Amino acid sequence: MNFINLDSLYLLGFIIFKIFILVFPLLLIVAFLTYAERKVIAAAQLRKGPNVVGIWGLLQPLADGIKLFSKESIFPSVSSKLVFIIAPMVAFSLSIAAWAVIPVADGWVISNINVGILYLFAISSLSVYGIIMAGWASNSKYAFMGAMRSAAQMVSYEVSMGLVIVCVLLCVGSLNLNNIVIAQEKTWFVFPLFPMFVIFIISALAETNRAPFDLPEDESSLVAGYFTEYSSMLFAMFFLGEYAAMILMSAMTTILFLGGWLPPFDFVIFNNLPGLFWFSLKTSFLLFLFLWIRATFPRFRYDQLMRIGWKVFLPISLAWVVITSGFLIVFDLLPGVK
Amino acid sequence: MKFMKKIFKYLKFFFLAELLLGLLLTLKYMLKKPVTINYPYEKGPLSPRFRGEHALRRYPNGEERCIACKLCEAVCPAQAITIEAEPRQDGIRRTTRYDIDMTKCIYCGLCEESCPVDAIVQGPNYEFATETRSELFYNKEKLLDNGDRWEHVLSNNLKLKK
Repeated sequence: MNFINLDSLYLLGFIIFKIFILVFPLLLIVAFLTYAERKVIAAAQLRKGPNVVGIWGLLQPLADGIKLFSKESIFPSVSSKLVFIIAPMVAFSLSIAAWAVIPVADGWVISNINVGILYLFAISSLSVYGIIMAGWASNSKYAFMGAMRSAAQMVSYEVSMGLVIVCVLLCVGSLNLNNIVIAQEKTWFVFPLFPMFVIFIISALAETNRAPFDLPEDESSLVAGYFTEYSSMLFAMFFLGEYAAMILMSAMTTILFLGGWLPPFDFVIFNNLPGLFWFSLKTSFLLFLFLWIRATFPRFRYDQLMRIGWKVFLPISLAWVVITSGFLIVFDLLPGVK
Repeated sequence: MKFMKKIFKYLKFFFLAELLLGLLLTLKYMLKKPVTINYPYEKGPLSPRFRGEHALRRYPNGEERCIACKLCEAVCPAQAITIEAEPRQDGIRRTTRYDIDMTKCIYCGLCEESCPVDAIVQGPNYEFATETRSELFYNKEKLLDNGDRWEHVLSNNLKLKK
């Protein structure tokens, strides 16, 4: 029993402290992302968006949250209650759990593990379980169809996403997210691997079920997809989970392609700004891109979505893996082999 | 030439040209001024012919205009109006009951057109939503109240219409 001593307790307390430091701002950002989304889409449609609650409507997410908290949870009489309740928790906690390995600035990470990217990828694949459970437990055809679509979509886009990540890993020679960022000190990977960056962004849209790939929640054909039967706080958890996943994907893109917390140029002023600033700037740009795309493009048809995933992205990313590795070997740039 | 065109087409496809153009368009719109008016605080313009909530008007001396001819009741396509009338103490024929069921009314304006004395009119008020259904069954008292409340606008609108 020598692992229960003062040192390990201290360590445990420190980890919990770090988790709180990360999760609270994260939830706050999630709340304000819903506000930002409504504002951005409103602006694109020449509307004003929420502007009544608080100055410029800034307290709108709070009002929505209070509303959702105070509503009644309705359970469909034929649903399987336990799974019905667990599903949103799975979806929500998984999208929060993935943040454990995201370095928001140099060394600012809850656990700096050497298989960070693998962990991230595993967690984002697991999030499909929350959706499937929700669709199955609801015992409703809309929810079920939504869950099926979502599962198929996430699985097929993960394949090309995995290959894109392989491209990046070839250039880094490490699965550690810290090392991935540090390897971009000279050039961000968005420049040499630009096509992969585009594919990654589009796959991220499909992975997080965002427009134009939001088929699982296609309201014109599926009401609200897998959370059709959900209400009140359980619904809010799906909502928060979806937005947290969006932020996670943006953070992942920032780390893989946009140089994480590194400043864009090697200036004195730029270097003096904290890494967290650069990281959040890049992430918020990508989040804006998510919202911007949602405001612009119509929803894809299901077969088009599958066609793009399997017939366009998969061959291109596969070819790019070959090209990248060939290039690295021919010019003797392979990292780690010295 | 045809070959070059084809190559160009593929390049455009590969670099997502059309999608980027679309994104640019929405970005341009984002920078424009919104056209929304801030509704409860600012309101759009109304025509004098606007057909909103009903009102029964009075003469300047306070006498009610309605002579209980029941033309409005007859013309109402939704049969929302119910009128009962008998001679008053001074022998003048007036309504004893003038009800409009606002849940039936289709706001066609035929009642105000049929009225020979401009008694029943539709005013500029469109914010009369209520919490219960029964509040929308207007009686004579409510309609006369409306007339008193909106008289300055109503008389002006009638002038403009003629």
